[in-house]
Amino acid sequence: MSEPLIHVTSQAISLPDPNVDTDIIFPARFLLKIDRDGMAECLFHDRRFDAAGVEQPAFPFNRDDRQAAKFLVAGPGFGCGSSREQAVWALTDWGIRVVIAPDFGDIFSGNAAKNGLLLIRMEASRVAELAVKAERGAMFSVDIPGRSFTVDHEEICRLDLGEETAEAFIEGWEEIDVILNREREHVAAFEAEHRARQPWLFQASEG
Amino acid sequence: MTKPRTLYEKLWDSHVVRYLTDDTALLYVDRHLLHEVSTPQSFVALDKRGCGVHRPLANLAVPDHAIPTRHRDRPIADPQARAQMAKLVENVERYGIPFIPLNDIRQGIVHVMGPEQGFTLPGMTLACGDSHTSTHGAFGTLAFGVGASECGIVMAAQALVQRKSRTMAVRIEGTLSAGVSAKDVALAFIGKVGVNGAAGHAIEYLGPAVSGFSMEARMTLCNMAIEAGARVALVAPDDTTFNWLKGRPMAPEGDLWDQAVSYWRSLPTDEGAVFDREVLLNADEIAPHVTWGTSPEDTIAIDQMVPDPEMIEDEQKRARLKRALTYMGLTASTPIAGTPVDMVFIGSCTNGRLVDLEAAAEIVKGRKVSPNVQALVVPGSGLVKQAAEEKGLDRIFIDAGFEWREAGCSMCVAMNEDRLKPGQRCASTSNRNFEGRQGRGGRTHLLSPAMAAAAAITGTLTDIRKLEAM
Ligand code: SF4
Repeated sequence: MSEPLIHVTSQAISLPDPNVDTDIIFPARFLLKIDRDGMAECLFHDRRFDAAGVEQPAFPFNRDDRQAAKFLVAGPGFGCGSSREQAVWALTDWGIRVVIAPDFGDIFSGNAAKNGLLLIRMEASRVAELAVKAERGAMFSVDIPGRSFTVDHEEICRLDLGEETAEAFIEGWEEIDVILNREREHVAAFEAEHRARQPWLFQASEG
Repeated sequence: MTKPRTLYEKLWDSHVVRYLTDDTALLYVDRHLLHEVSTPQSFVALDKRGCGVHRPLANLAVPDHAIPTRHRDRPIADPQARAQMAKLVENVERYGIPFIPLNDIRQGIVHVMGPEQGFTLPGMTLACGDSHTSTHGAFGTLAFGVGASECGIVMAAQALVQRKSRTMAVRIEGTLSAGVSAKDVALAFIGKVGVNGAAGHAIEYLGPAVSGFSMEARMTLCNMAIEAGARVALVAPDDTTFNWLKGRPMAPEGDLWDQAVSYWRSLPTDEGAVFDREVLLNADEIAPHVTWGTSPEDTIAIDQMVPDPEMIEDEQKRARLKRALTYMGLTASTPIAGTPVDMVFIGSCTNGRLVDLEAAAEIVKGRKVSPNVQALVVPGSGLVKQAAEEKGLDRIFIDAGFEWREAGCSMCVAMNEDRLKPGQRCASTSNRNFEGRQGRGGRTHLLSPAMAAAAAITGTLTDIRKLEAM
């Protein structure tokens, strides 16, 4: 189960740089970890700390008044680059549940959806307005059942979430369970036909 | 008559288990490549559910990302890498997944080894926990990178929920000039459209230049499509593809081969099929390229100047460029050629194949590596290394002062001991020049194998066309 996401309210961190790639979010050397513990410590590691390990107070994730933030307002191309899901795990482990940006890396979006991290896409000019509000300390709020996204009680947009996606957030369902529970027979039926059409894709020794 | 379809649409249609919404479908995934870094957490998800691997033989595992490129006869020195490696062995044994061990001659980077073994075939879908899985699209394979959760889903269910991409044709007219390679085309393309230029799109490369490309050149091209934001890249399968694949260990044989080829011939985009977008590149106009900044879109021709951020209107972009210049230690409006380098890395799934090493060796032959430079050749696989040694390329490199290493990702991702120190500058044939990609504080310039070789010889970023004249 991923952590259910129903209602969240908090201040937001603003990180407007364009093309913040997953190498920046989660430096490669930490990929040697084989579990999912301690992900938050690696988040933006080389921006949060200098080479000597000294914390960089100017980096938005180091601001004292944002340590409980659950929202991130980011720049275009957030999460581009490597497929590492650790980038998403580190964000959620740190406490981020919602990222707002003009657009996201493709694989990053897929990974977010599987881990209860809500991504909201919006025009760059509107994201820039939200970044200003984030800086000011406005309260960001998301209500999944009500499909609403508000800042200081003012509605910013409706959340475009299908019934199943919303349910997955609320229940903390993981896609693997949904597929294993609902789709097995469909896959089996497809597989039999596929094998008849392209037999060379299957080893003779398989079933 | 049925509607004309693109190659992408044919591959997509032939793998849809069922549509979940208008544009998302449960897609059947034929094959999955695993490496030590992509899957430890995926197996935890399987263990937890006790659900098993649906078709173990549809998977193939190999260590490549974090392993050392020296001293393969000894245990891996880094305890974390050693543990990760041991975990992979334990997992594949437990689930009966075929595995190529570290000291096997077939070991190599997933995107080099997969095609080499014939594990990658036209017309199939293939997933791997690495974004450069687009490489396999060179065979007319619908191949895409996925995260660890999706690796687990593929193993357990043989299917993934995917959103259908829009289609983008990248037509390459003309012929490449001397000293210009597929890598330069890839860099020029990313420079032209930007890192998000192909986001949401599946690219198909076509046109006379692409038809004339070797499989290796096609792989280089598809490999770097991800740096333009595309998750999928394709080249239509043709005789070049079939000749390259025939007789590979896992390719079909006999009647099955003939059946497969006749099916594969039906895959190319139909006449009259419409792409959502088209981009035209003229190969004749492409010069050798090099990146100057910290994003793959920061590319210029080697005879150009480092750009001046003050010329950029967009405020955020200007700030990014300034930051990139500072990080890279470069001065705006100065020539990029002549910039001294500390290291040269020839390898990776972009340019670690035999033709790449040959192109580099041709430049290196009879010359010496500059005394200020440490230069590495890391073949993409054990078989590439062996083939290069049979041709004597190892001697050319070693005599010139290069280090000749064992196969792996090495300095492309800097997860093993091969990495830059802060401030060091590297001419690299890999695919990403992100901050810290080759080691914290390291500065990366992406370029072709021939250009990397030239940089090793002169000790500076060098226009290969001038070196050849020397
Ligand atoms: S060589 Fe680099 S890009 Fe290719 S698979 Fe290895 S780490 Fe990924």
